[in-house]
Amino acid sequence: MEIELNEEQTMLRDTVRRFAAEVVAPRAREIDASGEFPIDYYHQAGELGLAGVCVPEEFGGAGMDMVSYCVAIEEISRVCASSGVILSVNNSLVCDPLMRYATDEQKREFLAPLAAGKKLGCFALTEPDAGSDAAALKTTAKRDGDDYILNGSKVFITNGTHADTALVFATLDPALKHRGITAFIVAMDSPGFSRGHHEYKLGVQASGTTQLYFDNLRVPARQRLGDEGKGFGVAMSTLDGGRIGIAAQAVGIAQGAFEAALKYAKEREQFGHPIADFQAIQFYLADMAMELDAARLLVYKAAWAKENTKRCTLEAAQAKLFASEMAQRVTNKALQIHGGYGYTRDYDVERFFRDARITEIYEGTSEIQKLVIADSILKGS
Amino acid sequence: MAVDFSFTEEQDLLRQEIRRFAEERIHPGTGERDRAHAFPADLLREAGDMGLLGMLVEERYGGTGFDPLSYCIAVEEISRICPSIGVTMSVSNSVCCWPIAKFGSEEVKLRFLPDLASGRKLGGFCLTEAGSGSDAGAMLTTARRDGDDYVLDGAKVWITNAGVAGTFVVMAKTDAAAGKRGISAFVVDAASPGVQVGRPEEKLGLRASVTAAVSFTDCRVPAGQLLGAEGGGFKIALATLDHSRLGIAAQAVGIHQRALELAIAYAQERVQFGVPIANHQAIQFQLARIATELAAARALLWHAAASEKSGAAGRLAAEAKAYASEAANRAVWDALQIHGGNGVSEEYEIARLYRDVRVTTIYEGTSEMQRLVIARHLLGA
Repeated sequence: MEIELNEEQTMLRDTVRRFAAEVVAPRAREIDASGEFPIDYYHQAGELGLAGVCVPEEFGGAGMDMVSYCVAIEEISRVCASSGVILSVNNSLVCDPLMRYATDEQKREFLAPLAAGKKLGCFALTEPDAGSDAAALKTTAKRDGDDYILNGSKVFITNGTHADTALVFATLDPALKHRGITAFIVAMDSPGFSRGHHEYKLGVQASGTTQLYFDNLRVPARQRLGDEGKGFGVAMSTLDGGRIGIAAQAVGIAQGAFEAALKYAKEREQFGHPIADFQAIQFYLADMAMELDAARLLVYKAAWAKENTKRCTLEAAQAKLFASEMAQRVTNKALQIHGGYGYTRDYDVERFFRDARITEIYEGTSEIQKLVIADSILKGS
Repeated sequence: MAVDFSFTEEQDLLRQEIRRFAEERIHPGTGERDRAHAFPADLLREAGDMGLLGMLVEERYGGTGFDPLSYCIAVEEISRICPSIGVTMSVSNSVCCWPIAKFGSEEVKLRFLPDLASGRKLGGFCLTEAGSGSDAGAMLTTARRDGDDYVLDGAKVWITNAGVAGTFVVMAKTDAAAGKRGISAFVVDAASPGVQVGRPEEKLGLRASVTAAVSFTDCRVPAGQLLGAEGGGFKIALATLDHSRLGIAAQAVGIHQRALELAIAYAQERVQFGVPIANHQAIQFQLARIATELAAARALLWHAAASEKSGAAGRLAAEAKAYASEAANRAVWDALQIHGGNGVSEEYEIARLYRDVRVTTIYEGTSEMQRLVIARHLLGA
């Protein structure tokens, strides 16, 4: 048992922190207001290896471990949660399943440009009537010669407005339920493919969330990821890793809010003292630090488990549940410490407070995490 | 340095050995001892024979010389079955052996540690007084130099192991005008003339541990039994409590673990509305929360324990203690709720845990004091 970042991880943290401060932070407030997708510095992040942190170098990635990945997502999210989720989706929901399920040929063609950040990926699972109940999806895939023909639509697709490559889940036969679901790698400039409008949201405004539409979209059979009918397993195992990324994002958002609150509490004077002198404020700060540390440790533990144990389903669900709920409490207290100023867009905590909300919803709601955890502990006993 | 959540083989074996001891030897009489307020001197001797009472003492002084994490594993496993023995053991190890081993002269170590480490004698820690709990610096007990001795006068309260301990570490003021800097630490033989132990307190929980007042009247202590320097006692007390918080956090984790096990077992057996109540989502969500907070408490405890050697544990230990004790209280509350009416019957173990867990947020530094410690670290004050 030892829980300290190693030299490589510490160097990565310093590098990402510098990139976040110099490139990401200066535009965070602006892209939150405008919803503009930061595609330019996405490519820059790619040059630093942040688009495919855990992908081996031969396939365009940085070849680092899962803890490094969490460190990177936390550092980016600490200044801009939109940028955090953009990278998390590309890493966890696109590169990771390609790494685990793609053929070498598919890896060379699709994974390498994604992992290098030359291209951007998205993960197309959710539909209007299939959210938590992903197996109820209705997008169909029909075999036709050397192709599959896809029809249907997806919603809430992060990166969807700007992505080049989509990992699409479709069913060969809805009657087969989850056993009919199959995964496809789709080039998003294919005929029959279209995107909806940019979804205007409460938070993570610049993450390019949109709908995707497939109208007799032809996908070559060689772009099927894994076997027919095995897509549900691909999606679920991918979400285990994705949850760790979102948990790291939640830790980053909370860390950004916590640091802002700590600074503000030392500067703001009321009743003749910096408000940090008051026990009530000290207790808020102590609670925030304590919960943040606990959440970060659960993230690291899940990351460690993903690489060192057979399954990380329980650890990932616990990290995601705890970190996302923690982020609500911490951003809320950070805003409270800022008083009226925290409610204005002149201070970053207002953005952190809005950005935190989604972490309890996407890549498996808190309710789904609890069901996953309960299932795991009830079976284990 | 690394992020590595694995235990060593020795730590795994230690856990198994103590779990067996706790389940086979300690568990059978736990309820009866609680009802009778009976102190299990025989089981403490067995624990001593196993090396569990000198875990932080080097072998040359008769101890077993374990690392802090192994010690936490031991306290957790004992407390999982009997929190009373857990605290008895934690006090002897953490607040008696530890400061003697850390601050005692060679002569003092050779004289006192072998008896304590082997379990031939138990240890206690006399800091708290009727008028000084959290504000320990306000103590009134004095130590007056007289020739080769110090003469102690004053009264201590809430002393765990008073009446069964053979050795006390006692804090007293050698300079009443110097505030905290006037406090000195002594090792006192409990059989010394002038030491008087009051009648055992009737407590809400931990009834198989002994707690009583201890008074010192013209009690002569050889000057060689001063720990550290004159006036250095407050620092010794704080360092001791920084360390001992790990023991109490480990006790809380043990209780929390047991609460989860009892809740799962009950939920799977108890049938309502035609199905085991574990099939109901409301119960599953409660179980998921208990399990997730347990994982968070453990991670904080492990991190603090693994960091103790490097001296970085101050804030981490305070976080672990505050979080683990509060989480254990919530867990036991929820676990009792899952038991319904049966939970308030002393026929069920959860009722005793409900009483036992309460003090964990109070002793060895209240949750409020932990938060002040954390805030002090954050604010650099």
